[in-house]
Amino acid sequence: MIPELGHYALVLALALGLIQAVAPVIGARTNDAPLMGLASSTALMQFVFVGVAFLALIACYVTSDFSVVTVYENAHSTMPLIYKITSVWGNHEGSMLLWVLILAFFGALVGAFGRNLPSTLKAYVLAVQSWIACAFYLFILFTSNPFLRLEQAPFEGRDLNPILQDIGLAIHPPLLYLGYVGCSIAFSFAIAALIEGRIDAAWARWVRPWTLAAWMFLTAGIAMGSYWAYYELGWGGFWFWDPVENASLMPWLAGTALLHSAVVMEKRNALKIWTLLLAILAFSLSLIGTFLVRSGVLTSVHTFANDPARGVFILAILVVFIGGGLALFAWRAPLLKQGGLFAPISREGALVLNNLFLTTACLTVFVGTLYPLALEALTGEKISVGAPFFNLTFAPLFIPLMFAMPFGPLMAWKRGDVLGVAQRLTVAFGTGIVAVAATFAIAGRGSALAPFGIGLAVFVMIGAGTDVVERIGLFREPLSTVRRRASGLPRSAWGTALAHFGVGVTLLGIVSVTTWASERIVALKPSQTVSLAGYELTFDGLAQRTGPNYREAVAKFTVREAGVPVGVMEPSKRNFASRATTTTEAALMTRGVSQLYLSLGDTSGDGSVSVRLYHKPMVLLIWLGAVAMAMGGGLSLSDRRLRVGAPKPAAKPAMLPAE
Amino acid sequence: MTRKQRRLVLIGTSLGVLAIAAALVLGALRDSIVFFNSPTDVAEKSIAPGTRMRIGGLVKPGSLQRGDNLQVSFAVTDGKTDISVRYQGIVPDLFREGQGVVAEGKLESGRVFAADTVLAKHDERYMPREVVDALKKSGRWQEGEMKSSESGSK
Repeated sequence: MIPELGHYALVLALALGLIQAVAPVIGARTNDAPLMGLASSTALMQFVFVGVAFLALIACYVTSDFSVVTVYENAHSTMPLIYKITSVWGNHEGSMLLWVLILAFFGALVGAFGRNLPSTLKAYVLAVQSWIACAFYLFILFTSNPFLRLEQAPFEGRDLNPILQDIGLAIHPPLLYLGYVGCSIAFSFAIAALIEGRIDAAWARWVRPWTLAAWMFLTAGIAMGSYWAYYELGWGGFWFWDPVENASLMPWLAGTALLHSAVVMEKRNALKIWTLLLAILAFSLSLIGTFLVRSGVLTSVHTFANDPARGVFILAILVVFIGGGLALFAWRAPLLKQGGLFAPISREGALVLNNLFLTTACLTVFVGTLYPLALEALTGEKISVGAPFFNLTFAPLFIPLMFAMPFGPLMAWKRGDVLGVAQRLTVAFGTGIVAVAATFAIAGRGSALAPFGIGLAVFVMIGAGTDVVERIGLFREPLSTVRRRASGLPRSAWGTALAHFGVGVTLLGIVSVTTWASERIVALKPSQTVSLAGYELTFDGLAQRTGPNYREAVAKFTVREAGVPVGVMEPSKRNFASRATTTTEAALMTRGVSQLYLSLGDTSGDGSVSVRLYHKPMVLLIWLGAVAMAMGGGLSLSDRRLRVGAPKPAAKPAMLPAE
Repeated sequence: MTRKQRRLVLIGTSLGVLAIAAALVLGALRDSIVFFNSPTDVAEKSIAPGTRMRIGGLVKPGSLQRGDNLQVSFAVTDGKTDISVRYQGIVPDLFREGQGVVAEGKLESGRVFAADTVLAKHDERYMPREVVDALKKSGRWQEGEMKSSESGSK
């Protein structure tokens, strides 16, 4: 009964979606307010019905209803409750349902909170949103229905892939999807603007919070995925330049560019056409990401079994929306009015440079990801493009971008002064150079580039703080003035500083880990000791433990630093009888922001084990930096000027504090 | 500056950055891509020893040997040709005889493949696509051998 209810709710959501796809457009054409207003209600109801469908599917998993195919294939009655819930989206069908749930959620948000949008714009936005939703409802109902029943219900399910039985599955996909799907709002706004043939600074004000929210989730989602892969795959790598990872990185790069160009458009009414294009591209890349992950056309370390037939359907969706979006852009964009003027050396110029590097970097990732596919289609030759390619192309483009980053926020609008800005960055330069020298002195070994990487990271971090420090008068004014100014400073300024600071932090982590990480692979008998990076690990012995749906062999290690015990590490091998599968659970020990990483290899009969031991200096900074970026996004989002929504364009200039 | 001059600066910078990017991409594509070969390809093509590449196929049943110091050797087969592989380190959880495997490394003289990476798969029902293609080419793959209705996620 419950699966049928869910299925039915999804069909109803499709029906509502079809109405919402057509009615508001007619309403906007004929200036019919009730027809246009319909869209808000249908958007809310779509969310309710998809929500019902999603809850129904959760109910099937929680009650272990194995008459439902996807539950049978991906769940087991002995799984802990949390994995019963997360396994809803631990498979193709369920994750697509999560995808449309989030799409409907964003649609409902526009419906509910878009009150001060012009009614025709809102009608078009919600209609476009519904076109996307309908395409995916049809995709789910026709090719990946999660509610299909088996004729005879088996007694037991086939269990969730053990590697997914992890808390990471509870957090990573929802965050990533919030980011991917959030890009659809900017896309819908862009298409609506192109249909209306009208776009102004106010448009950017409406789009920016949505983009910011999507970007924030995407940042957090990518970071979470990276950390999950780091501890779950057992290789200790944080980024593999794998197609699936690149698929999430590309929308992030385009989204970051969009975020910055929208600022120019909002403040200076320039870069309008470019911003529109970026809005279309960011969502297109999200769709391509979904396609790459879902169709299995690319071999990836993260790939699970999947079905190419579905790929064709998603490919069709891709062609319609990306092709349609770009065609509409090519046709309508030249009709839009030109934006304002600015000198090349200015805040606008700096943001253009940012966009140029971000989109070019995005392009190189795109080429590296899709080149193997194109080559195989054309010549049949199979190749893999791995980390070396991206290190040679992506990194050289990102270094100048990072170097320029502290300059941007310090530049004046319209006409800037590089020398003046450089002067204000003296402290940042100085600290950066000291960092380079100190790194050379302390750690002579390793790559010669590393000290410069550290110096750049320090420059970025200090440089990011410079603007805020100057504006609140820190170190110059009495504390009371500083406090008053700090509370008066717009949150978006704090957000920018924090996010840019986060970039430096991440860079610091990446440079440190890639240069100074050390690794040992050894076979150990009980009571033998292995030492690495000043730590000594003694293998105490193997023990057997029983989990809810697995048995595990746990190796216990006592960790000593300079002879003093600092803790115990217990890597394990889990054996899942339901799938006859073993997974490796690495043990992590955090020391400050560095980590010891211990992963178990084969265990042999005489009680000896082979282990992989890594020391990862400052590895946590990689993800802490990403968290800072996401929090910076959140701070900007909470800025009053954005939260209140867009007042009428005419009232805008007077309300803006000088920047 | 006039609008025209400003536009020229913008276009000039864009083209400059794009040109640099194109040069980087072309350079990297020449030096850093790795070709995939099936064991039969390795036997038939004359590949210079020392070339980095990926090979894929099934781990030949009965060929797996473990030595001291985490030395592992096994044969990769596509049903027609075998190639012996040696590797030092810890093999992935789902590495088993008779299962699909992808290894990256260098071909040494004497047709031994020295792998530095043995790729894992996440799912016991999933076969790397390259392996499927290699098996298809040697005629050892029947359509429908693996159920295609399986689902996956990341």
